[in-house]
Amino acid sequence: MKKRISVLLIMALLTMAALSGCTGGTEGSSGDNSSMESQTGGTQESLGEDSSGESQTGGTQESSEEQSSGEAQAGAPVYGGSIVVGIQQDVDSLDPHKATAAGTKEILFNIFEGLVKPDENGDLMKALASDYTISEDGLVYTFTLREGVKFHNGNAVTAEDVKYSLERASGLLDGTPLISSLSVLTSVDILDEKTVQVTVGSANTELIYSFVAAIIPAGSGEEESGTPIGTGPFSYVSYKPQEGIVVAKNPDYWQQGLPYLDEVNFKIVNSPDTALLELKGGSIQIYPYLTDSQANELTDSFQILSAPSDVVQALFLNNAVEPLNDVRIRQAICYALDLDMVNEFVAGGGATLVSSAMLPTLHTYYVDLTDTYGTAANIQKAQELMTDAGYPNGFDLEITVPSNYEYHMQTAEVVAEQLKAAGINATINPVEWSSWLSDCYTDRNYQSTISGITSDMTPGYLTNRFQTDSKKNFVNFASAAYDEAYQKAAAALDPVEKAELYKQVQKILCDEAGSAFIQVPPITIAMDPKLAGYKFYPVYVQDMSTVYYTE
Amino acid sequence: MKKRSGIKWNKYLIAGLCMTGLVVFLALLGVFWTPYSTTSMSASQRFAAPSLQHLFGTDNFGRDIFSRVMKGIGATIWISTLVVALSGGVGILVGALTGYFGGIVDEVVMRFTDAINGFPSILLALVVISVLGTGQRNLVISLGIVFMPSFIRIVRSEFIRLRDADYISRARLMGVGRGRILFIHILPNIFSTFWVSVMIGFNNAILAESGMSYLGIGVQPPQASLGKMLSDAQGYLTTAPWYALAPGLTIVWIVLGFSLLSEGIQRLGK
Repeated sequence: MKKRISVLLIMALLTMAALSGCTGGTEGSSGDNSSMESQTGGTQESLGEDSSGESQTGGTQESSEEQSSGEAQAGAPVYGGSIVVGIQQDVDSLDPHKATAAGTKEILFNIFEGLVKPDENGDLMKALASDYTISEDGLVYTFTLREGVKFHNGNAVTAEDVKYSLERASGLLDGTPLISSLSVLTSVDILDEKTVQVTVGSANTELIYSFVAAIIPAGSGEEESGTPIGTGPFSYVSYKPQEGIVVAKNPDYWQQGLPYLDEVNFKIVNSPDTALLELKGGSIQIYPYLTDSQANELTDSFQILSAPSDVVQALFLNNAVEPLNDVRIRQAICYALDLDMVNEFVAGGGATLVSSAMLPTLHTYYVDLTDTYGTAANIQKAQELMTDAGYPNGFDLEITVPSNYEYHMQTAEVVAEQLKAAGINATINPVEWSSWLSDCYTDRNYQSTISGITSDMTPGYLTNRFQTDSKKNFVNFASAAYDEAYQKAAAALDPVEKAELYKQVQKILCDEAGSAFIQVPPITIAMDPKLAGYKFYPVYVQDMSTVYYTE
Repeated sequence: MKKRSGIKWNKYLIAGLCMTGLVVFLALLGVFWTPYSTTSMSASQRFAAPSLQHLFGTDNFGRDIFSRVMKGIGATIWISTLVVALSGGVGILVGALTGYFGGIVDEVVMRFTDAINGFPSILLALVVISVLGTGQRNLVISLGIVFMPSFIRIVRSEFIRLRDADYISRARLMGVGRGRILFIHILPNIFSTFWVSVMIGFNNAILAESGMSYLGIGVQPPQASLGKMLSDAQGYLTTAPWYALAPGLTIVWIVLGFSLLSEGIQRLGK
């Protein structure tokens, strides 16, 4: 009999241990991004909080300081050495045109390059094209190829390779566009050995961003997924499913002096807790998806860097349901939110607050609208608006949250509490990611939801979805003024005018409270103190070419 | 548990009653009053270490952990009680009928319980939840289904033991109705065994509920729950250990209390 009690006791303790031991299940995995993409018809849509932003609370304050010092303190770069970088998920394809998961693209960035490539400011730099011109009407792109660029297999990059790659990606080759934004291409012509001319069906000034599409050797399409060959700073060495990818220095890289490292091993680390142990044990040197509390634990022994991610998090309001179809109610919700408090609680103060759908890192187009509703709660204003709209005693609001994203769940808890203060009876309805996709995103059957939308480097990427007829307009935002403004902005050819128009677009979305926008969560990475040179990009890539040892 | 000659107190019973008594008291108190609000957040009070103001400290949102533990105990005990009532009730009914009458129905029901037992319990509960959806009611139903087989078996085996006892045969010969035999003559005599299994089932239900909430499919935030608190706390194990210790030790305390109680009850019967 005594035995039974002790057995029970041990069982209880073991259960506790087991409970605190198993974590992976509930944490968000960025593998979801790829599932998202397949379900929304390959629009390269990666919704949801991207894996990085799973921070919780306390302490990215230090990190921003360390970021600047991290770059300043950098000793002289030493060539050579190898590092292990922790990644969160397996790759979906090594074929650069077929890979859709954000977690794959961030790695392939090191192996492949397009005619142009993004830089850390969100601008485009010329890569395999040494120069390009776009015709007045925006229909003809002429690229001049850079001299002396070689593929990893030693062959020089020719106009043939460019033609093949673009035709393959755009679907001109076999009718299936692998990169949907390139499907507007109507022909790719070789003018001479070093010049390629691309003709498109309709003008779009943002199309140039799509020419980041990887250039691969002519005819190598079938082999790319087995032995990827590109022109990037690192060449492919090996890939083991569930384990990771190893890449080695490309000695012939066209950018002089890069890369520094001889070898980079991207190692798949499934759970954030394992990553923490591996970091502490020294078996990985860089881990880019830290939670805020983990960052706190590592501040002594690692450099903690942080930067804004490419995700806009919002309390998305379904504009088609009662009472959210009333603009005053939506505005009341915006007023009721205390964004500073959300930032403090879930991002440790490291987030960038936003009030419309644009990344602040897209400096040219972004306009700061946080003053519209203020970043602190304005309960009085909120209640006035609610009274005007006929809800003086508040209303019920159900917030649907994809429960695998801890970051969104925590935000929801804070937001629900803030709404209650304004008399809005908010309840949280956690759902699986897959039901979120089908119910909220596809069927638009929800009242409000906290989630994130991932942007790329084009200003139209996030704003496009709020057009009345957009199939991505899952908040059912309907504003003729917005549609008109957006179309004008997208069609504008003059850069200054375009930027101005996009600012108007953001303002309309903010003023009509299309949703209650919250923040751009930070990305926090841990890096071995002996390393330096890590660059953050506005898009989510892990550029290892500039990372080096300082001793 | 017949109180014919007064209760023979034993140390298990006393310790168990004290421990569970405290827990139940806190849970009941928590229904009406907690020291602090369990949902209001405060940036200035985040991660306060345990003190006289905040007995168990505060969590990452600056909420008082002691208040949340009180609410959490309430939720856990309430759900566990419903689970045991559901599975125990069905257990008595089905166990009594199959045990007493036997035959083909018995055979079918037993194979059915075997099938349920064949699944790991948490997995089965997960399956039921994924069919029914999350929420407290569905959690009770799913755990109820998981715990049913053990009650059915215990009640059934007791009925099989007693159905051929002399006094039952005599009662049958005297023409006592079946229902009366089942529930008046046999049932009271299996209570000492049944209570022990209720206590053990209760413990298992508490652990299962905590486990489900830990996995995020039990009690939903912002409502407090011990399991959810554990999972939230694990990110702060090194910086705010009290956050994990408070709900963790509370679960241990509850489970230990009910184990002692069941041991005590078992000794009473001897």
